[in-house]
Amino acid sequence: MPAASASSPVPTLAIEGLTTRFGTRSGTVTPVDGVSLSILPGQILGLVGESGSGKSLTGYSIMGLIDAPGRIESGSIRLNGRELFGLPAEEMRKIRGNRIAMIFQDPMMTLNPVLRIDTQMIESVLAHQDVGHEQARAMCRDALERVGIASPDERLLSYPHQFSGGMRQRVAIAIALLNQPDLIICDEPTTALDVTIQGQILYEMQKLCADTGAALLWITHDLSVIAGLADTVAVMYAGKIVESGTAQQVLGQPRHPYAHALIASAPSRNPRGQPLRQIPGMTPALINLPSGCPFRERCERATGACRQVPPLHTGEGRTLRCFHPVDVPVGAPA
Amino acid sequence: MTATGVTGPGAPPILELQGVGKRFTKPLDTVDHISNLLGAGLREEVVHAVDDVSLAIQPGEVVGLVGESGCGKSTLGRMAVGLHSLSAGRRLWKGVDIAPGASQRTRRDLLAIQMIFQDPYASINPRMRVRDIVGEAPVAHGLVPAREQDGYVEHLLRQVGLDASAMRRFPHQFSGGQRARIGIARALAVKPEFLVCDEAVAALDVSIQAQVLNLFIALRNELQLTYLFISHDLGVVRHLSDRVVIMYLGRVVESAPADTVFSGPNHPYTQALLQSEPKLEVGKRVFVPVKGEIPSPLNPPSGCHFHPRCPQAMGHCATERPVLRAIAPGHLSACHLNGGG
Amino acid sequence: MRVATALATAAVDVETPLRRFARAYLASKVATFGLVLLCMVLFVAIAGPFLTPQNPYDLKLLDVMDSRLPPGEKSGDGKLTFLLGSDEQGRDMVSAIVYGIRTSVLVGVVSTAIALAIGLSLGLLAAYLGGRFDGFIMRLVDIQLSFPPILIALILLALTGPGLGKIIVALVAVKWAYYARSARSIALVERRKEYIEAATCLGLSTPRIIFRHLLPNCLTPLLAVTALQVASAITLEATLSFLGLGLPPTSPSLGLLISNGSQYLMSGKYWISVFPGVALLVVIVAINLVADQLRDVLNPRLQTH
Repeated sequence: MPAASASSPVPTLAIEGLTTRFGTRSGTVTPVDGVSLSILPGQILGLVGESGSGKSLTGYSIMGLIDAPGRIESGSIRLNGRELFGLPAEEMRKIRGNRIAMIFQDPMMTLNPVLRIDTQMIESVLAHQDVGHEQARAMCRDALERVGIASPDERLLSYPHQFSGGMRQRVAIAIALLNQPDLIICDEPTTALDVTIQGQILYEMQKLCADTGAALLWITHDLSVIAGLADTVAVMYAGKIVESGTAQQVLGQPRHPYAHALIASAPSRNPRGQPLRQIPGMTPALINLPSGCPFRERCERATGACRQVPPLHTGEGRTLRCFHPVDVPVGAPA
Repeated sequence: MTATGVTGPGAPPILELQGVGKRFTKPLDTVDHISNLLGAGLREEVVHAVDDVSLAIQPGEVVGLVGESGCGKSTLGRMAVGLHSLSAGRRLWKGVDIAPGASQRTRRDLLAIQMIFQDPYASINPRMRVRDIVGEAPVAHGLVPAREQDGYVEHLLRQVGLDASAMRRFPHQFSGGQRARIGIARALAVKPEFLVCDEAVAALDVSIQAQVLNLFIALRNELQLTYLFISHDLGVVRHLSDRVVIMYLGRVVESAPADTVFSGPNHPYTQALLQSEPKLEVGKRVFVPVKGEIPSPLNPPSGCHFHPRCPQAMGHCATERPVLRAIAPGHLSACHLNGGG
Repeated sequence: MRVATALATAAVDVETPLRRFARAYLASKVATFGLVLLCMVLFVAIAGPFLTPQNPYDLKLLDVMDSRLPPGEKSGDGKLTFLLGSDEQGRDMVSAIVYGIRTSVLVGVVSTAIALAIGLSLGLLAAYLGGRFDGFIMRLVDIQLSFPPILIALILLALTGPGLGKIIVALVAVKWAYYARSARSIALVERRKEYIEAATCLGLSTPRIIFRHLLPNCLTPLLAVTALQVASAITLEATLSFLGLGLPPTSPSLGLLISNGSQYLMSGKYWISVFPGVALLVVIVAINLVADQLRDVLNPRLQTH
């Protein structure tokens, strides 16, 4: 993705060559391998991949939440131009929850079950801002209102277990917004929610992103959510970004065989009742990646050339890692 | 492929549920009774997980059962298989009422209805080898002599796309998708005619989902199976089903052929569901949310359960429960907007 | 992060749960040390009679002239060196301790095994059948557990008198309730899992489901508890023997040895009490180290799929 130049705005998040490694009993695995992406203020980037693709770990790496036996080995993570890689722990703590916020799939990863909502929220405000208790409380109340929670004063006095799943996720979003972060990382926040509740949350996120100008990194496996939400899309496979570009480009004319096949396998893109176009085989275990392109053993376009790692092609505002990209459009909706 | 919601002429439906209901009660124990004596005013908690549902499934049909949390679809699936007893109503297999306390013969008949479970990790016994997981039941019931167990299991594994070398391994050595296939092989081992798939692909990766769904389609054609396919994923249900039944808080709100449901939904809840469904179409969309939370099954709204969230609710929606009626051949809906009551 | 362990799973050709468990267990050096120690203890317990210079229970071999000799002294007839001294009856301390370990381990293991068998069966049945049966068993368990274990054992032993068999019965009577309760809670969780539902769907008989499906999966978490309970049983038996209500003086356990020697502590003849005490300590520590690691390794929450 194009880096900032003198005439274009500074991206809120610019990652270059981010690599995270884990040392395991059976060897070293690299779940995040040379990941590069950037998000402009107010933009939404959808990071798409299946389990084992490294998308969640990319999010954790940005937040600096990687513990031993993992470590962020190399790469550059710039937040509004400021380099985060190699920052001392104390500095990173000031940024976490303040300039970058994270929302998880399970809201109970954010919420402490034994504390009242107001206690938790005020704590988060006071950790980063120099305001009085009463003012902090008022900010919390406003945040709850903005995420669409009715009777916020009552809700502040409740405990997490008194809320439904959708409400808890709203509270988690409210907490994320408290300090007006520049970047919000969302790791599958709606996957565990019912369809109608997911619709509500997506509506809130869209509105909030537009209102606050925060950049959003939306990590998910669900292409249809991304289709409606994201401005730009990056597809990950086995730790690498295999394709990225605008949502229009990647979802409308995917060029990487994996991205192409993934979209082609969606039920809505296949005639009803007929077998779906499927990708053969399984995602390889990271400990056992084939040499060269990790997708080659499942790819019908693979040749001998694919035993080398495909270089990153950049052009027309999109990136691609493939020797044999697809040029035909995906099957039209059924 | 028959696709009607009413019993056709000739052969009876393979499975029929007539007015079935399932109540879960949390009774008062001794301490609660004592508290009541002291004036606590505690009541038994009753959840109507399934409330007066009638469903008839024709042989060879794929019926999709859709709904959100608390709608009762999983409970209904388990009632169909026989894992839950019925609090009300009747269950008929090929026209014959299956009463509880089945005799040996009826138990063998009931082997014809099997279930495929959601969680590929919790649904197979981690301490048994695949050979035994798949082979135990058919040998125990005498369908296959013990000495032929290995050959039989090998055949089944190949049928679901697994290698014969899997036989001696343990579940933890397999991926989620492979375990899902082991679960399917286990169900197929007792030669079922009817499969209830309870969110069978929900826990799988997208690319693996496609493989397993294709397996379901292939098996249906090869073995003439009938499916009750329970899922929250509308795209999958639309792809697979002949007929779709939508449930909300224990009741059926709409039932129609798949094409009709997705192109012309009648019930406001179905419409809301389809509207909220994210679609894999290029172009950002503005999400229009449905208002309100899904009520707790412990305390469902009166009258029509959906009325607090319904954009078209009328006065008597809060007091009268709408009846599930046919509004077109094969298309049933439970809504006062259709007139009548 | 737990993601790391998931990433590292490589499929071995046929990896039995046992091999996987062994790998996980031996990952800790402390636990491996504990296992080595425990093996030594067990070796001593089993091979004891062949190792000791003297059979301390054979009264004919004892010479009261040899009594209370400090460590390193030779016996009157010069044939025997009391490496750890001798007690007030002229018994070689080394032999007495070895036989004492034998008895302690025997009592601990046998009583635990029987209590486990009873408690596990009742706990599983209570969890699976539920209803009134469950309520009845659990009320029994509650009543039993509300009494201090020592008290129940003392009462039983006072009624039956001392003896090896009787002590085992007393320990079983004290311990079964604990296993029943643990087994029931584990079984209640396992019972809800889908593989049990699948077994029901497949029409398997209830005994088959309980013993072939439920039991093996409940056993593993219970084993960690059991290992600790062996140590607890040994301690309980030592306490009872110390109080004089355990094994008869002719076949002493470590507890009785400690008890016999306690009167000599003040006069400087420490070896009669201290060495059996140290031996008991080593046995308990070895069991605890192993049990600790077992508990961590077998903890279902810490396990990846």
